[in-house]
Amino acid sequence: MNRKQKKVLVRIIISAALLVIFSLLPVRGWLRFFLFLIPYLIIGYDILKKAGKGILNRQVFDENFLMAVATIGAIILGEYVEGSAVMLFYQVGELFQSFAVGRSRKNITELMDIRPDYANLETEDGTEEVDPDDVEVGSIIVVKPGEKIPIDGLVVSGRSALNTSALTGESVPRDVGPGEQVLSGSINQNGLLRIRTTQEFEESTASKILDLVENASSRKSRSENFITKFAHYYTPAVCYSALALAVAPPLVRMAFLGLAPEWGDWILRALTFLVISCPCALVISIPLSFFAGLGCASRNGILVKGSNYLEELASTKYVVFDKTGTMTRGVFEVSGIHHSSMPEEELLEYAALAEMYSSHPISQSLRRACGRDLDEHRVKNLEEIGGRGITAEVDGHKIAAGNAGLMQEMGIDYMDCHSVGTVVHVAMDGQYAGHILIADLIKPTARSAVRQLHEAGVKSTVMLTGDSRRVGESVAQTLGIDEVHAQLLPAQKVELVEQMIQKKGKGEILAFVGDGINDAPVLARADIGIAMGAIGSDAAIEAADVVLMDDNPEKISLAIRIARKCIRIVYENIIFAIGVKVLCLILGALGIANMWAAIFADVGVMVIAVINAIRALRIRQDRPAADAAAEQEAGQA
Amino acid sequence: MKKTYKIDVDCANCAAKMEEAAKKVEGVKDANVNFMTLKMKVEFEDGHTPEEVMPNILKACRKVESDCEIFF
Repeated sequence: MNRKQKKVLVRIIISAALLVIFSLLPVRGWLRFFLFLIPYLIIGYDILKKAGKGILNRQVFDENFLMAVATIGAIILGEYVEGSAVMLFYQVGELFQSFAVGRSRKNITELMDIRPDYANLETEDGTEEVDPDDVEVGSIIVVKPGEKIPIDGLVVSGRSALNTSALTGESVPRDVGPGEQVLSGSINQNGLLRIRTTQEFEESTASKILDLVENASSRKSRSENFITKFAHYYTPAVCYSALALAVAPPLVRMAFLGLAPEWGDWILRALTFLVISCPCALVISIPLSFFAGLGCASRNGILVKGSNYLEELASTKYVVFDKTGTMTRGVFEVSGIHHSSMPEEELLEYAALAEMYSSHPISQSLRRACGRDLDEHRVKNLEEIGGRGITAEVDGHKIAAGNAGLMQEMGIDYMDCHSVGTVVHVAMDGQYAGHILIADLIKPTARSAVRQLHEAGVKSTVMLTGDSRRVGESVAQTLGIDEVHAQLLPAQKVELVEQMIQKKGKGEILAFVGDGINDAPVLARADIGIAMGAIGSDAAIEAADVVLMDDNPEKISLAIRIARKCIRIVYENIIFAIGVKVLCLILGALGIANMWAAIFADVGVMVIAVINAIRALRIRQDRPAADAAAEQEAGQA
Repeated sequence: MKKTYKIDVDCANCAAKMEEAAKKVEGVKDANVNFMTLKMKVEFEDGHTPEEVMPNILKACRKVESDCEIFF
């Protein structure tokens, strides 16, 4: 609680105590009026002051004005206890509101607490703690265990495990050593690192992410704009209705029905009406829901650039993927060894030895897969046959490694491979020894990512690729993607996406997911562009509306789920708040709802809406139940 | 030129009013108040300095919300 809140709390306690005491005293008339004026002024003086200032500044229809009119009106009508109590409860509500909002603001900003406060700059005489803003590019900074890396850079010396969960949502620590790039915002877990900075603080990852998230809520969604407009018309409308309610029925009763006007009763109803009408629940809970949704997304390594994109994500019906780098790793790796006449590792080692001097990507992936240090003395008489492969003598055996053409040329019977990818056939001493399949590996989570999208109600998934039809179709089939377009040039991808956008129904959103390397135009053209694994890639962050910090395609459906939950909460709050208000307004006008009900309709609804909004901060993760339960237990402990 | 200021204000509605008020101040090209982060982003028109414009913004905001604060 801050000072302002404490002061209000003290005022609430004093005036509540006075109210109780005075209502027990058997005094009547003017004395009673003056007695109750004391707690009323203690609790309400600032509201009256604000209302007065509002009138002077021609800002009439605000809540202070409403409260002042309602309570003064009640007191004039002799309802001293109600008048003071309304003011008291209004202040209690305001206090609770400021407390709840302050708490949730703190919750949300703590989640995104990746802003480093200082950097340990290495100088000639030891290290000095400085503002990260003052560190120049190329300086050496020291990061101790437990500290945040303040600025992007390269490790000069030291080894450590980094916790990057604030950036990527990934909980497995990343090991780094000399020469490797480290990003600001990650937390150094165990070793001492010396880092040469490669960016200014302002341009570092942590600063950029914070900037993005903080600006996100300033891009207003349709719902938020609706609420702004709504409040604009709503408050004056309510005030005039209240005026009509106070004046019209008594006049009608007097003039046409010949009854007593009962001014007091109708004015009291009008005042109740005013108290109910306060639009705070809506005005506060809608932006809060969006902010919580954005916070939840960024905690999971999903940066959404604006509340409006959350809205669009929630109604995503078509998801278009790029293949390479999005659904596949984009790196060629040995994915299988078939028909081998010797232990598979041995075959791989022979092939790697034969190809040990080649710089071809295929040869590189063979050597990488072999993983052992290769002894060049084992290889003799190496001969490269252009466009076909290599022959060599390894450990005295004649090894041939290459494509089908090489096998045909050497008159060796070979087996075709049914899998998709590049095939390296290997023959030993003129006998076929098997083949090694090298392919761009599908990401392990890609299949479940597509499944989750379908489960989330996505109508159609489409994959676009520049790769051959055979590769594209095979990948699409493995993953369960509905539609595939292959052999596309970048410009054709844009055209296709445009056609799909024209064909889709109204209110349906098409999302494009790419790795941001060469598909920036498509990212920009789609209704919503999702860039993947974009950490450190500025062009992708610029072009995309949603940025996935790591390269896990499952995050797409997670993003959609977070967005849906957030939007659902927004609608719940809109309907709930407006519903309760309208109901209470009607009851108030009919004279059924009294001041106390009015207080609930104002403060109670607001508090419930705020608590509901905070739910947008959490999302259920799809993972084994045992896992989640264990974590919950750990959390409770 | 764009600058960001820390603000203090009690309710979301008041923040929205501050934004409206700030936009109308002379020398302000655009203004944006974020209630959640309690920050005000002001884009100044060319030829106007923050030193000269900011007191006017505060004055305009105080008119719509008497106990708001802008730290500049």
